[in-house]
Order: sequence, then structure tokens, then C-alpha cells
Amino acid sequence: MSHDGTISRTDIERPAIERPDSVYFFGTCLVDLFYPEAGMAGMELLKAQGVRVVFPQGQSCCGQPAYNSGYREEALKVARAQLDYFPGDWPIVVPSGSCAGMMSKHWPDLFKGEPDEARACQVASRVWELTQFLVQVLKVKFEDQGPPVKITWHASCHAQREMGVTDEPKALLRQLANVELVELQREKECCGFGGTFAVRHPEISAAMVGDKVADIENTGAKAVVSGDCGCLMNISGALEGGKKPVRGVHIAQFLKERTHG
Amino acid sequence: MGETSINFAKASSAALQDQQLRGNFRRAMDGLMSKRAVQFADTAEWNGVRTLGASVRLRALSKLPELLEKLEANCTKNGIQVHWASTTDEANAIVLSIMQRVNAKLVVKGKSMVSEEMHLNAFLEKHGIESLESDLGEYIVQLDEAMPSHIIMPAIHMNTKQIAHLFKQKIKEAEYTEDVAQLTDLARRVLRKKFATADVGISGVNMAVAETGTLCLVENEGNGRMSTTVPPVHIAVMGLEKVVEKLEDVPPVISLLTRSATAQPITTYVNMISSPRKEGEKDGPNEIHLVILDNGRSGIYADEELRNTLRCIRCGACMNHCPVYTKVGGHAYQAPYPGPIGSILMPQVEGLEKRGELPHACTMCNACVEICPVKIPIVEIMGRLRSEAVHPGDAVKGAGSHASKAEAMVWKGWSMTYASPLAYQFATALLAKLGNAAPASLPLLKEWTNVRSKPRFASRTLHALAREKGIPDV
Ligand code: SF4
Repeated sequence: MSHDGTISRTDIERPAIERPDSVYFFGTCLVDLFYPEAGMAGMELLKAQGVRVVFPQGQSCCGQPAYNSGYREEALKVARAQLDYFPGDWPIVVPSGSCAGMMSKHWPDLFKGEPDEARACQVASRVWELTQFLVQVLKVKFEDQGPPVKITWHASCHAQREMGVTDEPKALLRQLANVELVELQREKECCGFGGTFAVRHPEISAAMVGDKVADIENTGAKAVVSGDCGCLMNISGALEGGKKPVRGVHIAQFLKERTHG
Repeated sequence: MGETSINFAKASSAALQDQQLRGNFRRAMDGLMSKRAVQFADTAEWNGVRTLGASVRLRALSKLPELLEKLEANCTKNGIQVHWASTTDEANAIVLSIMQRVNAKLVVKGKSMVSEEMHLNAFLEKHGIESLESDLGEYIVQLDEAMPSHIIMPAIHMNTKQIAHLFKQKIKEAEYTEDVAQLTDLARRVLRKKFATADVGISGVNMAVAETGTLCLVENEGNGRMSTTVPPVHIAVMGLEKVVEKLEDVPPVISLLTRSATAQPITTYVNMISSPRKEGEKDGPNEIHLVILDNGRSGIYADEELRNTLRCIRCGACMNHCPVYTKVGGHAYQAPYPGPIGSILMPQVEGLEKRGELPHACTMCNACVEICPVKIPIVEIMGRLRSEAVHPGDAVKGAGSHASKAEAMVWKGWSMTYASPLAYQFATALLAKLGNAAPASLPLLKEWTNVRSKPRFASRTLHALAREKGIPDV
């Protein structure tokens, strides 16, 4: 993000880097508790490209829940605790645009004026969203091994607007020969999760996810794929709650299923 | 929350029940978004003009006090009388005293959000002065005794049928019709009569040029032009941030403003007002007054991060693109400025005690930031205000007023757990084992499960799986 805090695609694009021997994997707290199979799939996708994956067991959370709720000191404490676990200068790959955005865009502000500011900025500069890393750095080529299926893609707000990840996930999905990707009419519109927003304003959030579900149903897709577990929990929760025959799946897991059988 | 605090949740809940209203907003905002996208289809041009627009506003703010002095000096030189008001009460009193001096009974108003901020109509009415909105949307809202629901399109919450009923009910000579041209014509006839007899015209200001002492006003209907030229006295009201340095700053800002607001390359009228009627001129008021309102703005200006709020050119694009605004409509915010900009401006102007809920009326999706033509970091300011609301401080009025011991404890406990690997692994292992036993009736979970299934904890965490699969730790 530029110094005045605004977003433009040129700010977001990561400088190209060489394919590294090793990467760190930052699992995120939601993946850890609710979608560990998506996390495992993400690591396996990386390993399948010949990259060594390190999962520091000391990691927990990027601090975003507290940060967005106005509790910055608490967020700082948790973010600071992460710094020790990524000492090598390898890229840090995150299977969530939202947490990647927190680490790479907000940590520099969060740590401003703190003794470990430089260190936090150094860590932040090594953060990549998973699909962004697969496309831009590893330049993966997938071969589809699954049966024909029609799916749609939900773009997470922070992936697209904080990390600048817009085309990468769709480019990956389009590599899959038997997968028909139908785009949502309101692909870029927020699903209404917003961390604590969903419980602070449950009715508005319900209306938002309601629109999202209707949009998904209109595509006739069998699955909605997303790169963010917050969105996924919200959207697939609403699909299930409304007894809709569409499943929500994390992109890492979907890619893994299609390519490794 | 204080007694006077505004309940956004309650108001939005009512709005969500109203299917008609939801349909009106969804359709209107979808239309505005797609029309705007066409205007800025060229990304390079958008980036260029946006950077220019933002830099004009930033430069103006960087020397705000100096530019305001210059504006006053040049306006005065041009014969425009400048008045300063630090509160809305003061601004209202200034307007009233001018009216009383010229014995005004009838005022026609062009569209002005600052006058909404001042609740000027109600104030004038209390003092026996009739104040008539002349912008069609504002006129409709005034007839309906409501507030504008959008800063550019005040009556966007209503459809033609509703307006037709309103006119029939409130305008004596009205026949019921749903024909838009006839409705517009009817309003025009009512308003034209009033223009001729009004004693004073009131307008807002889109930009005031310091270097030349010129007031710029953009509009589409010609009513603004009538309000500022027909009555013998013109009073313009503006927030103190509306100043720009030079005449050449005006075109890029207008271009961004009109394209972002209504997707027009330019509006029908761009009025540049630089002096009262001079000898030999055929029209124009004999007196022009400029009321410059502070109302908390100098406090906002004092804080470097919050100051960015004052960049706003009031185009309304952030509302049009806000998924929350689109669902609940402008009235749910119960503020003259709704939507994303209102959610950061209102708490700063009126204090967090009263408006502390507004920074939470947001999922932080950043759609507004992406669209704002002057690059205001709206969501960052939103986050800052959330933090101010729970921590005592003096940057924003009412800082700390939403502090809740229970909430603070929760976050403290959270940070202690999440900052310690041992505590974290213990807690997550416990949740993985027992979390699914939590009843759906628990607070928070209950809200969540109203429309969604309960989130299911996996039986083993990612940490555990990674260990089992022998993924290296260092
Ligand atoms: S904040 Fe930006 S988008 Fe919103 S009204 Fe102001 S200038 Fe327009």
C-alpha cells in the first residue's frame, strides 16, 4: 500500500522472485481449526512442485481479528509472537488472501515506531498468497484428472483488493481441462463475512450472503471455490443452512483433488 | 453507548424487512456502478486523473489555514462577504441574521449537504422563514418530510410510484400520474413560482478557489443557477475543507466528481461565482455571503491520518459501491452523510458517543477504497476509529466511550492465548476435541446459525496433521 493508504494494482504487484528451495507455510487460525485439510492440500501442492515446505509449529494467527476490532495492542502482541518463527529469508506462503493482506499490508503500520518494526517489515515483504505464489513464482501447470464438473469462483475482498490477486486463481482453475468455470455476476462483491461483522450485524450479513448464494445458484455450478476460509465458512454455511446442493471448497483442496486423484 | 447514540443496527433491520426499499437500492446502485465503470474504462486514464485529483486535494489540505485566509481575502476583494462558523448553531445564526436584516420570508435552496448537516430548514422554519428545496430530489425528500438517503441522489430510495403518490398527496394542483416527465414538470412549475418571489437563495459549494476567490457549483437542473442568481441575496455555505489552491485545480476535480457521481463526463451547469452583480450587469444577486463551517473539521485536520477524511469531494461513489449501503439504504445511517464516507465523517464531527456504531457498519471489503476518486483510505480510518472508540484518548471526540470491560477481557485473553505457542496448541487441541459440542444457542453462535450451519471444528488441527505427516518445523 502506498504511504497515503490507498490501493492500486501497481502498488500491490510483488516484485518477481526466483523459485526458492524452501518456503514457509503460514496456516492461519481458521484453517488450523476448521479447514486443516485445505492447509495440508496447500502444502502438498507446493511440495509437488519440488519445493521444501516448512511449517513452524509455533505459529498461530496474524492478529487480524483484534486489529479490525480496534484492539491494536492485542493484535501487536500476537503478530509479534509470529516473528520468531520465520527466521530464514524464504517466502511465506499463506492460503488466505485476508491473512496475507494483514501480514503484508497492515503489519508495517501495526509495528510502526516499535523496536521490531524493521523485522516485521522484512517478514511482511516475504508474504505471498498461495495462488499468487503458484502462478507468479512457481509457474505451475496442472493436469486435470477429475470428472467433468461445473464450478464457480468467489473472489475474497482482501485477496483482490489488498493482495492484488484477481486473475491468478481463475487462471489455475482454467488449467483444469474438465472443469467448467462459470463466473459469478457479482464476483467482486463482499459475501458479508467481515470477521466480527457477521455477528455484530447478523441481519445485514445474512442479506449479503443471501445475495451471494443466489448468485451462486444462478450459475448452476456444483461447487463454489474460494481462497479464503472466512468467506468459505460464511458461504458454505449459508448454502448448507439453506439446504442448497452446492458445496463450498477451498481452492487448494480443489486443485489437490483434481490433480492427485 | 450513550443515550443519544444512534442505533444503526435497529434502523438497518427495519430497512432489511422492506423488500421494496431493498429492490429500489439494488437496482439503482447496480445501474450507477455499471454506468460509472464505462466512464473509467480506460485504467491508465483513471489512474492518472485519480492521482492528479488526490494530489490537488492533498496539496490543498497541506496548506489549509493559509488557503482559507487567501480565500477570505480574495472573496472580500471581490465583494463576497465571508463569515466563519465554528459550530452548526453559529452557522445557522449567521444565516438567520442575514435573513432578518433583509426581512426575508422565503428562501429557495439549491442542493447543499452542509445545510443538511446544519439542519437549516428546520431551524429556519422555527424562525418563521419558509425554506424550499429546489433540487428535484431534495424537493421530493422535503415534501416527504424525510432526510436525503444519498448525498448525490437524495430521493434514490423512492420509486416513481411512491413519488407519484407523494405529489398527489402534498401538491394541491397535482393530478395522479406516474409519468416522469409530467411529475418533473409539475415540480418545476411549483418551484418556478417560488424563485420569482424568494428573498434569499442558499447554495452549497463544490469547490472554492483560494487564488481567485471563486465559488464553483456543479448541477444538472438549473435550480442551483436560479437559486444563486434570481433572489437579491445569495448565501453559500461550505465546509472549510472545500478550498482548492488554484483555478487550474478545478477541472480534474470536476471531471472526477461528475464521472464518479452520476457517470456524466460533465454536468449541465458549472457555475463559477466570483462577485455580486456589478454595475451594468443584467443578473446576479446584489449581495453574496459565504459561510465557512468548521463543525469539528479543524480537529480532524489536526490529526495527520484522520485528515485524509477531508479530501472528500462528496461524489457518493463509495456509497454506490458499498455492499452494506446497498442492502440497508441511506436512512439506516440516520446521518446527513451515509455510507462509507458518512461512517468515518460522522463520528469525527459529532463524536464517538453518538456515532461510534458507524465505523462498524462495514465488512472492510475495501470496495469504497478501490473506487474513491481521491484515494481516501476509508477502511484504514474506519479501523482507527474502531480503535479510538475503545481507548481513551483525545484525537477524536468521545474516544473510549465504547470501551466495554467484557470485550476488552475477551481480547486480552485472546492475545495471551495466541501469543504463546503452548497455550495456543492447548486451546486449539481442546477446541478440536470439544468445540463441536457447543450448543447453537450460545450468543454469537446463535446469530451466526440463524441462516448458516454451525461451523465444524476439524478433529485434528493443521498443527497436528503437519506433525503427523512429518512436515519440517524449521
Ligand atoms: S469518500 Fe471518496 S468516494 Fe466517497 S464521497 Fe468522498 S470522494 Fe467520493
